[in-house]
Amino acid sequence: MLTKRIIACLDVRGGRVVKGVQFVDIVDAGDPAELAHRHARGGADEIVLLDITATHEGRGTLLETVKRTAEGLFVPFTVGGGIRSVEDARAVFEAGADKVSINSSAIARPELIGEIGESFGAQAVIVAIDARRPEARRAKDSGDPVGEAEVFVSGGRKPTGLRVLDWAVEAEARGAGEILLTSMDRDGVRGGFDCELTRRVSEAVQIPVIASGGAGSAAHFAEVFLVGKADAALAASIFHFGVTDSWALKAEVAAAGVPVRLGSRK
Amino acid sequence: MIAVIDYKAGNLTSVVKALRFLGADDIVVTQSHTDVLRADKIVLPGVGHFRATQSLYDLGLTDAMREAVAGGTPFLGICVGLQWLYEGSTESPETPGLGCFDGKCERFPVTYEDNELKSPHVGWNSIEDIRADSRLLAGIEHGSFVYYTHSWRAPLSADTAATTMYGGAFTAAVERGNVMGVQFHPEKSAETGLQVLKNFLAL
Repeated sequence: MLTKRIIACLDVRGGRVVKGVQFVDIVDAGDPAELAHRHARGGADEIVLLDITATHEGRGTLLETVKRTAEGLFVPFTVGGGIRSVEDARAVFEAGADKVSINSSAIARPELIGEIGESFGAQAVIVAIDARRPEARRAKDSGDPVGEAEVFVSGGRKPTGLRVLDWAVEAEARGAGEILLTSMDRDGVRGGFDCELTRRVSEAVQIPVIASGGAGSAAHFAEVFLVGKADAALAASIFHFGVTDSWALKAEVAAAGVPVRLGSRK
Repeated sequence: MIAVIDYKAGNLTSVVKALRFLGADDIVVTQSHTDVLRADKIVLPGVGHFRATQSLYDLGLTDAMREAVAGGTPFLGICVGLQWLYEGSTESPETPGLGCFDGKCERFPVTYEDNELKSPHVGWNSIEDIRADSRLLAGIEHGSFVYYTHSWRAPLSADTAATTMYGGAFTAAVERGNVMGVQFHPEKSAETGLQVLKNFLAL
Protein backbone atom coordinates (compact mmCIF):
# COMPACT_ATOMS: atom_id res chain seq x y z
CA MET A 1 0.00 0.00 0.00
CA LEU A 2 1.17 3.49 -0.82
CA THR A 3 2.25 5.13 2.41
CA LYS A 4 2.00 8.71 3.61
CA ARG A 5 5.36 10.43 3.62
CA ILE A 6 6.97 12.30 6.48
CA ILE A 7 9.49 14.78 5.21
CA ALA A 8 12.22 16.45 7.21
CA CYS A 9 12.89 20.02 6.18
CA LEU A 10 16.13 21.89 6.70
CA ASP A 11 15.93 25.66 6.39
CA VAL A 12 19.42 26.77 5.51
CA ARG A 13 21.01 30.18 5.70
CA GLY A 14 24.65 30.77 4.90
CA GLY A 15 25.36 27.04 4.99
CA ARG A 16 23.76 26.44 8.42
CA VAL A 17 20.38 25.01 9.36
CA VAL A 18 18.22 27.62 11.06
CA LYS A 19 14.72 27.61 12.40
CA GLY A 20 12.25 30.48 12.37
CA VAL A 21 8.84 31.00 13.89
CA GLN A 22 6.29 32.48 11.51
CA PHE A 23 9.14 33.34 9.16
CA VAL A 24 11.18 35.34 11.72
CA ASP A 25 13.24 34.72 14.93
CA ILE A 26 16.05 32.65 13.49
CA VAL A 27 18.02 30.20 15.64
CA ASP A 28 20.96 27.99 14.64
CA ALA A 29 20.18 24.27 14.52
CA GLY A 30 23.31 22.77 12.99
CA ASP A 31 25.05 21.44 9.89
CA PRO A 32 22.77 20.55 6.94
CA ALA A 33 24.62 17.44 5.75
CA GLU A 34 24.89 16.03 9.24
CA LEU A 35 21.22 16.68 10.00
CA ALA A 36 19.99 15.33 6.63
CA HIS A 37 21.80 12.06 7.20
CA ARG A 38 20.61 11.84 10.78
CA HIS A 39 17.01 12.33 9.59
CA ALA A 40 17.36 9.73 6.83
CA ARG A 41 18.73 7.21 9.31
CA GLY A 42 15.98 8.20 11.70
CA GLY A 43 13.29 7.23 9.21
CA ALA A 44 12.45 10.43 7.33
CA ASP A 45 10.96 9.49 3.94
CA GLU A 46 12.46 12.49 2.20
CA ILE A 47 14.71 15.42 2.87
CA VAL A 48 13.98 18.98 1.79
CA LEU A 49 16.63 21.68 1.98
CA LEU A 50 15.41 25.25 1.60
CA ASP A 51 17.87 28.08 1.17
CA ILE A 52 15.84 30.74 2.93
CA THR A 53 18.00 33.70 2.07
CA ALA A 54 18.90 32.60 -1.44
CA THR A 55 21.05 35.58 -2.23
CA HIS A 56 23.04 35.66 -5.43
CA GLU A 57 26.33 35.68 -3.49
CA GLY A 58 25.21 32.65 -1.52
CA ARG A 59 24.73 30.34 -4.54
CA GLY A 60 28.20 28.86 -4.37
CA THR A 61 27.78 28.06 -0.69
CA LEU A 62 24.40 26.49 -1.39
CA LEU A 63 25.66 24.24 -4.19
CA GLU A 64 28.53 23.13 -1.98
CA THR A 65 26.04 22.38 0.80
CA VAL A 66 23.77 20.45 -1.59
CA LYS A 67 26.71 18.42 -2.82
CA ARG A 68 27.84 17.56 0.69
CA THR A 69 24.30 16.72 1.79
CA ALA A 70 23.52 14.51 -1.25
CA GLU A 71 26.64 12.41 -0.69
CA GLY A 72 25.52 8.99 0.53
CA LEU A 73 21.90 10.12 0.93
CA PHE A 74 19.61 7.48 -0.60
CA VAL A 75 16.18 8.94 -0.04
CA PRO A 76 14.59 11.60 -2.25
CA PHE A 77 16.26 14.97 -1.80
CA THR A 78 14.63 18.29 -2.73
CA VAL A 79 16.32 21.67 -2.87
CA GLY A 80 14.59 25.04 -2.99
CA GLY A 81 15.42 28.71 -2.75
CA GLY A 82 16.55 31.13 -5.40
CA ILE A 83 15.96 28.84 -8.39
CA ARG A 84 14.94 31.26 -11.13
CA SER A 85 15.87 29.47 -14.34
CA VAL A 86 16.42 26.06 -15.88
CA GLU A 87 20.15 26.71 -15.49
CA ASP A 88 19.77 27.32 -11.75
CA ALA A 89 17.80 24.08 -11.53
CA ARG A 90 20.39 22.18 -13.55
CA ALA A 91 23.18 23.27 -11.20
CA VAL A 92 21.19 22.01 -8.21
CA PHE A 93 20.39 18.68 -9.92
CA GLU A 94 24.03 18.23 -10.86
CA ALA A 95 24.98 18.86 -7.25
CA GLY A 96 22.79 15.89 -6.32
CA ALA A 97 19.19 17.04 -5.81
CA ASP A 98 16.35 14.86 -7.10
CA LYS A 99 13.71 17.58 -7.13
CA VAL A 100 13.67 21.34 -6.99
CA SER A 101 11.15 23.47 -5.18
CA ILE A 102 10.23 26.77 -6.79
CA ASN A 103 8.12 29.49 -5.25
CA SER A 104 8.45 33.23 -6.03
CA SER A 105 10.10 32.51 -9.37
CA ALA A 106 7.14 30.38 -10.49
CA ILE A 107 4.74 33.20 -9.63
CA ALA A 108 6.92 35.70 -11.47
CA ARG A 109 7.18 33.48 -14.54
CA PRO A 110 4.86 30.43 -14.46
CA GLU A 111 6.44 29.05 -17.65
CA LEU A 112 9.43 28.07 -15.50
CA ILE A 113 7.44 25.11 -14.13
CA GLY A 114 7.08 23.55 -17.57
CA GLU A 115 10.59 24.46 -18.62
CA ILE A 116 12.21 22.58 -15.75
CA GLY A 117 9.78 19.68 -16.26
CA GLU A 118 10.66 19.46 -19.93
CA SER A 119 14.34 18.86 -19.13
CA PHE A 120 14.12 16.91 -15.88
CA GLY A 121 10.61 15.45 -15.77
CA ALA A 122 7.52 16.77 -14.01
CA GLN A 123 8.29 14.62 -10.95
CA ALA A 124 11.33 16.81 -10.32
CA VAL A 125 9.38 20.06 -9.96
CA ILE A 126 7.69 20.98 -6.70
CA VAL A 127 5.76 24.22 -6.63
CA ALA A 128 5.87 25.66 -3.13
CA ILE A 129 2.98 27.84 -2.05
CA ASP A 130 3.14 30.04 1.04
CA ALA A 131 -0.47 30.54 2.07
CA ARG A 132 -2.16 32.88 4.48
CA ARG A 133 -5.84 33.03 5.31
CA PRO A 134 -7.55 36.45 5.25
CA GLU A 135 -7.26 38.53 8.42
CA ALA A 136 -9.85 37.95 11.10
CA ARG A 137 -12.01 40.95 10.23
CA ARG A 138 -12.16 40.10 6.54
CA ALA A 139 -12.61 36.42 7.26
CA LYS A 140 -15.72 37.25 9.29
CA ASP A 141 -17.35 38.92 6.31
CA SER A 142 -16.28 36.18 3.94
CA GLY A 143 -18.40 33.16 3.26
CA ASP A 144 -15.29 31.11 2.51
CA PRO A 145 -12.13 32.20 4.38
CA VAL A 146 -10.32 28.98 3.43
CA GLY A 147 -11.06 29.47 -0.25
CA GLU A 148 -9.80 33.03 0.03
CA ALA A 149 -6.42 32.06 1.43
CA GLU A 150 -3.84 34.07 -0.48
CA VAL A 151 -0.44 33.23 -1.94
CA PHE A 152 2.52 35.16 -0.49
CA VAL A 153 6.03 35.37 -1.93
CA SER A 154 9.50 36.63 -1.00
CA GLY A 155 9.74 34.59 2.15
CA GLY A 156 6.17 35.42 3.07
CA ARG A 157 6.66 39.18 2.90
CA LYS A 158 4.68 40.01 -0.25
CA PRO A 159 1.02 39.28 -0.99
CA THR A 160 0.30 38.35 -4.60
CA GLY A 161 -3.47 38.73 -4.80
CA LEU A 162 -3.64 35.12 -6.04
CA ARG A 163 -5.98 32.63 -4.42
CA VAL A 164 -4.13 29.54 -3.17
CA LEU A 165 -6.64 27.18 -4.77
CA ASP A 166 -6.42 28.89 -8.16
CA TRP A 167 -2.64 28.93 -8.14
CA ALA A 168 -2.41 25.26 -7.13
CA VAL A 169 -4.66 24.30 -10.04
CA GLU A 170 -2.65 26.44 -12.44
CA ALA A 171 0.66 25.03 -11.18
CA GLU A 172 -0.63 21.51 -11.84
CA ALA A 173 -1.82 22.47 -15.32
CA ARG A 174 1.62 23.90 -16.05
CA GLY A 175 3.27 20.64 -15.13
CA ALA A 176 4.13 20.71 -11.43
CA GLY A 177 4.85 17.27 -9.99
CA GLU A 178 3.86 18.10 -6.42
CA ILE A 179 2.57 21.01 -4.35
CA LEU A 180 4.30 22.01 -1.14
CA LEU A 181 1.68 23.96 0.78
CA THR A 182 2.92 25.97 3.75
CA SER A 183 0.48 27.63 6.07
CA MET A 184 2.15 30.83 7.22
CA ASP A 185 -0.49 31.17 9.91
CA ARG A 186 0.65 27.88 11.43
CA ASP A 187 4.36 27.95 10.61
CA GLY A 188 6.64 27.24 13.52
CA VAL A 189 4.02 27.45 16.29
CA ARG A 190 3.56 23.66 16.62
CA GLY A 191 -0.20 23.93 16.97
CA GLY A 192 -1.17 21.60 14.12
CA PHE A 193 -1.40 21.87 10.33
CA ASP A 194 -4.07 23.86 8.50
CA CYS A 195 -6.10 20.74 7.65
CA GLU A 196 -9.01 22.59 6.06
CA LEU A 197 -6.82 24.43 3.60
CA THR A 198 -4.77 21.31 2.88
CA ARG A 199 -7.89 19.29 2.16
CA ARG A 200 -9.26 21.93 -0.21
CA VAL A 201 -6.01 22.03 -2.17
CA SER A 202 -5.67 18.24 -2.17
CA GLU A 203 -9.18 17.86 -3.55
CA ALA A 204 -8.56 20.50 -6.21
CA VAL A 205 -5.51 18.79 -7.75
CA GLN A 206 -4.47 15.28 -8.80
CA ILE A 207 -0.80 15.68 -7.91
CA PRO A 208 0.48 14.99 -4.39
CA VAL A 209 0.14 17.73 -1.79
CA ILE A 210 2.77 18.11 0.91
CA ALA A 211 1.40 19.89 3.97
CA SER A 212 3.72 22.15 5.91
CA GLY A 213 3.51 24.52 8.84
CA GLY A 214 2.34 23.70 12.33
CA ALA A 215 3.64 20.21 13.08
CA GLY A 216 3.97 19.74 16.81
CA SER A 217 2.98 16.16 17.56
CA ALA A 218 2.24 12.76 15.99
CA ALA A 219 -1.47 13.54 16.32
CA HIS A 220 -1.02 16.57 14.09
CA PHE A 221 0.50 14.39 11.37
CA ALA A 222 -2.28 11.80 11.63
CA GLU A 223 -4.85 14.57 11.42
CA VAL A 224 -3.38 16.19 8.31
CA PHE A 225 -3.30 12.80 6.56
CA LEU A 226 -6.76 11.63 7.64
CA VAL A 227 -8.64 14.93 7.69
CA GLY A 228 -6.44 17.12 5.51
CA LYS A 229 -6.00 14.43 2.83
CA ALA A 230 -2.33 15.32 2.52
CA ASP A 231 -0.07 12.86 0.69
CA ALA A 232 2.95 13.94 2.67
CA ALA A 233 3.68 16.22 5.58
CA LEU A 234 6.77 18.23 6.25
CA ALA A 235 8.24 19.50 9.43
CA ALA A 236 11.47 20.98 10.65
CA SER A 237 11.45 22.02 14.27
CA ILE A 238 9.86 18.85 15.60
CA PHE A 239 12.94 16.91 14.49
CA HIS A 240 15.62 19.29 15.68
CA PHE A 241 17.07 19.44 19.16
CA GLY A 242 16.47 15.69 19.54
CA VAL A 243 12.72 16.00 20.13
CA THR A 244 12.05 12.68 18.39
CA ASP A 245 12.95 10.78 15.23
CA SER A 246 10.76 9.77 12.31
CA TRP A 247 10.61 6.06 13.17
CA ALA A 248 9.17 6.91 16.58
CA LEU A 249 6.90 9.52 15.09
CA LYS A 250 5.70 7.16 12.36
CA ALA A 251 4.97 4.37 14.82
CA GLU A 252 2.57 6.75 16.54
CA VAL A 253 1.07 7.91 13.24
CA ALA A 254 0.61 4.27 12.18
CA ALA A 255 -1.17 3.54 15.47
CA ALA A 256 -3.65 6.27 14.52
CA GLY A 257 -4.52 4.30 11.37
CA VAL A 258 -2.28 5.94 8.76
CA PRO A 259 -0.16 3.74 6.46
CA VAL A 260 3.49 4.78 6.79
CA ARG A 261 6.85 3.25 5.95
CA LEU A 262 8.05 1.64 9.16
CA GLY A 263 11.52 0.36 9.80
CA SER A 264 14.17 -0.05 12.37
CA ARG A 265 16.95 2.18 13.54
CA LYS A 266 20.19 1.42 11.79
CA MET B 1 32.77 -1.29 -17.23
CA ILE B 2 29.20 -0.25 -16.48
CA ALA B 3 27.52 1.79 -19.19
CA VAL B 4 24.89 4.18 -17.83
CA ILE B 5 22.90 5.32 -20.83
CA ASP B 6 22.39 9.07 -21.10
CA TYR B 7 19.56 9.90 -23.47
CA LYS B 8 18.68 13.25 -21.94
CA ALA B 9 15.76 11.86 -19.96
CA GLY B 10 16.28 13.43 -16.59
CA ASN B 11 19.02 13.45 -14.11
CA LEU B 12 21.55 10.62 -13.85
CA THR B 13 23.51 11.97 -10.90
CA SER B 14 21.69 9.96 -8.23
CA VAL B 15 21.97 6.63 -10.07
CA VAL B 16 25.67 7.10 -10.70
CA LYS B 17 26.29 8.16 -7.10
CA ALA B 18 24.53 5.08 -5.76
CA LEU B 19 26.53 2.74 -8.02
CA ARG B 20 29.77 4.46 -6.97
CA PHE B 21 28.77 4.23 -3.31
CA LEU B 22 28.47 0.46 -3.79
CA GLY B 23 32.01 0.28 -5.10
CA ALA B 24 31.48 0.43 -8.88
CA ASP B 25 34.30 2.71 -9.98
CA ASP B 26 34.38 1.97 -13.70
CA ILE B 27 31.21 3.76 -14.79
CA VAL B 28 30.81 5.42 -18.17
CA VAL B 29 27.88 7.76 -18.72
CA THR B 30 27.43 7.41 -22.43
CA GLN B 31 25.47 7.82 -25.65
CA SER B 32 27.88 5.68 -27.65
CA HIS B 33 26.88 2.31 -29.11
CA THR B 34 30.48 1.10 -28.95
CA ASP B 35 30.43 1.67 -25.16
CA VAL B 36 27.20 -0.30 -24.99
CA LEU B 37 28.71 -3.20 -26.90
CA ARG B 38 31.86 -3.40 -24.79
CA ALA B 39 30.09 -2.84 -21.44
CA ASP B 40 30.01 -5.57 -18.79
CA LYS B 41 26.70 -4.23 -17.56
CA ILE B 42 24.17 -1.75 -18.88
CA VAL B 43 21.95 0.55 -16.82
CA LEU B 44 19.15 2.43 -18.55
CA PRO B 45 17.70 5.03 -16.18
CA GLY B 46 15.04 7.46 -17.22
CA VAL B 47 12.34 9.66 -15.82
CA GLY B 48 9.74 11.70 -17.57
CA HIS B 49 7.99 11.00 -20.85
CA PHE B 50 8.16 7.70 -22.75
CA ARG B 51 8.67 9.80 -25.91
CA ALA B 52 12.21 10.52 -24.67
CA THR B 53 13.17 6.91 -25.43
CA GLN B 54 12.83 7.83 -29.12
CA SER B 55 16.35 9.23 -28.92
CA LEU B 56 17.66 5.74 -28.14
CA TYR B 57 16.72 4.87 -31.72
CA ASP B 58 17.95 8.15 -33.08
CA LEU B 59 21.33 7.61 -31.40
CA GLY B 60 21.59 4.07 -32.75
CA LEU B 61 21.54 2.64 -29.24
CA THR B 62 18.53 0.35 -29.62
CA ASP B 63 20.29 -2.12 -31.88
CA ALA B 64 23.42 -1.98 -29.76
CA MET B 65 21.43 -2.76 -26.60
CA ARG B 66 19.50 -5.51 -28.38
CA GLU B 67 22.80 -7.07 -29.44
CA ALA B 68 24.40 -6.70 -26.00
CA VAL B 69 21.38 -8.20 -24.27
CA ALA B 70 21.27 -11.12 -26.73
CA GLY B 71 24.95 -11.69 -25.94
CA GLY B 72 24.15 -12.01 -22.23
CA THR B 73 25.17 -8.61 -20.86
CA PRO B 74 23.22 -7.92 -17.64
CA PHE B 75 20.80 -5.08 -18.27
CA LEU B 76 18.89 -3.00 -15.72
CA GLY B 77 16.16 -0.57 -16.75
CA ILE B 78 14.93 1.88 -14.14
CA CYS B 79 11.49 3.54 -14.24
CA VAL B 80 10.98 4.56 -17.91
CA GLY B 81 13.97 2.29 -18.56
CA LEU B 82 11.84 -0.66 -17.41
CA GLN B 83 8.86 0.48 -19.46
CA TRP B 84 11.03 0.65 -22.58
CA LEU B 85 11.67 -3.10 -22.29
CA TYR B 86 7.99 -3.70 -23.18
CA GLU B 87 6.36 -3.27 -26.58
CA GLY B 88 5.55 0.35 -25.92
CA SER B 89 3.47 2.70 -23.85
CA THR B 90 0.16 4.47 -24.38
CA GLU B 91 2.00 7.59 -23.21
CA SER B 92 3.60 7.82 -26.65
CA PRO B 93 1.99 5.23 -28.97
CA GLU B 94 4.23 6.15 -31.91
CA THR B 95 7.42 5.30 -29.96
CA PRO B 96 8.15 1.56 -29.93
CA GLY B 97 9.81 -0.12 -26.96
CA LEU B 98 12.41 -2.88 -27.20
CA GLY B 99 9.67 -5.52 -27.10
CA CYS B 100 11.70 -7.83 -24.89
CA PHE B 101 8.62 -8.31 -22.68
CA ASP B 102 5.07 -8.65 -23.94
CA GLY B 103 2.44 -6.01 -23.43
CA LYS B 104 2.20 -2.26 -23.33
CA CYS B 105 2.54 0.15 -20.43
CA GLU B 106 -0.65 1.95 -19.53
CA ARG B 107 -1.68 4.88 -17.38
CA PHE B 108 -3.08 4.27 -13.91
CA PRO B 109 -6.89 4.18 -14.02
CA VAL B 110 -8.71 7.32 -12.88
CA THR B 111 -10.72 5.29 -10.37
CA TYR B 112 -10.14 1.96 -8.70
CA GLU B 113 -12.84 0.02 -6.85
CA ASP B 114 -15.09 3.10 -6.99
CA ASN B 115 -12.51 5.36 -5.39
CA GLU B 116 -10.65 8.16 -7.09
CA LEU B 117 -7.05 7.15 -7.76
CA LYS B 118 -4.51 9.95 -7.66
CA SER B 119 -1.89 9.98 -10.36
CA PRO B 120 1.11 10.17 -10.45
CA HIS B 121 1.85 7.40 -7.95
CA VAL B 122 4.44 9.11 -5.75
CA GLY B 123 6.00 7.84 -2.58
CA TRP B 124 7.04 4.72 -0.72
CA ASN B 125 5.08 1.58 -1.51
CA SER B 126 5.76 -2.04 -0.68
CA ILE B 127 6.89 -4.80 -3.04
CA GLU B 128 5.09 -8.12 -2.83
CA ASP B 129 5.03 -11.52 -4.56
CA ILE B 130 8.81 -11.54 -4.94
CA ARG B 131 9.75 -14.41 -7.23
CA ALA B 132 11.93 -16.85 -5.34
CA ASP B 133 14.29 -17.27 -8.31
CA SER B 134 14.86 -13.53 -8.82
CA ARG B 135 18.55 -12.70 -8.75
CA LEU B 136 17.87 -8.97 -8.73
CA LEU B 137 15.69 -9.16 -5.63
CA ALA B 138 17.71 -11.76 -3.73
CA GLY B 139 17.63 -11.10 0.00
CA ILE B 140 14.77 -8.58 -0.22
CA GLU B 141 11.86 -9.29 2.07
CA HIS B 142 8.24 -9.22 1.01
CA GLY B 143 6.69 -5.92 2.05
CA SER B 144 9.93 -3.94 1.81
CA PHE B 145 9.37 -0.31 0.89
CA VAL B 146 10.70 1.35 -2.23
CA TYR B 147 10.26 4.83 -3.71
CA TYR B 148 8.11 5.40 -6.79
CA THR B 149 7.23 8.35 -8.98
CA HIS B 150 5.35 7.52 -12.20
CA SER B 151 1.99 7.67 -13.97
CA TRP B 152 2.36 4.73 -16.38
CA ARG B 153 2.94 1.14 -15.35
CA ALA B 154 3.90 -2.17 -16.89
CA PRO B 155 1.46 -5.09 -17.06
CA LEU B 156 1.84 -8.31 -15.12
CA SER B 157 3.27 -11.34 -16.90
CA ALA B 158 5.23 -14.50 -16.22
CA ASP B 159 8.40 -12.37 -16.21
CA THR B 160 7.15 -10.17 -13.38
CA ALA B 161 9.61 -10.58 -10.51
CA ALA B 162 7.64 -8.57 -7.93
CA THR B 163 4.43 -6.59 -7.77
CA THR B 164 3.19 -3.44 -6.07
CA MET B 165 -0.42 -2.54 -5.35
CA TYR B 166 -1.74 0.78 -6.56
CA GLY B 167 -4.98 0.73 -8.48
CA GLY B 168 -4.47 -3.05 -8.62
CA ALA B 169 -1.19 -4.91 -8.94
CA PHE B 170 1.45 -3.82 -11.43
CA THR B 171 4.98 -4.93 -12.26
CA ALA B 172 7.39 -3.53 -9.66
CA ALA B 173 10.28 -5.55 -11.10
CA VAL B 174 10.70 -7.70 -14.18
CA GLU B 175 13.39 -10.27 -14.84
CA ARG B 176 14.16 -12.86 -17.49
CA GLY B 177 17.72 -14.13 -17.58
CA ASN B 178 20.04 -11.14 -17.89
CA VAL B 179 17.28 -8.63 -18.68
CA MET B 180 15.90 -6.81 -15.65
CA GLY B 181 13.95 -3.73 -14.79
CA VAL B 182 12.52 -1.94 -11.79
CA GLN B 183 9.70 0.58 -11.85
CA PHE B 184 10.81 2.08 -8.55
CA HIS B 185 13.96 4.13 -7.98
CA PRO B 186 16.52 1.90 -6.26
CA GLU B 187 18.89 4.86 -5.95
CA LYS B 188 16.31 6.58 -3.73
CA SER B 189 14.94 3.58 -1.86
CA ALA B 190 17.28 3.51 1.13
CA GLU B 191 18.73 0.10 2.15
CA THR B 192 16.28 -1.90 0.05
CA GLY B 193 17.20 -0.02 -3.10
CA LEU B 194 20.91 -0.33 -2.41
CA GLN B 195 20.48 -4.09 -1.99
CA VAL B 196 18.85 -4.30 -5.44
CA LEU B 197 21.72 -2.38 -7.03
CA LYS B 198 24.24 -4.48 -5.13
CA ASN B 199 22.60 -7.64 -6.46
CA PHE B 200 22.82 -6.27 -10.00
CA LEU B 201 26.48 -5.32 -9.59
CA ALA B 202 27.24 -8.83 -8.32
CA LEU B 203 25.88 -10.52 -11.49
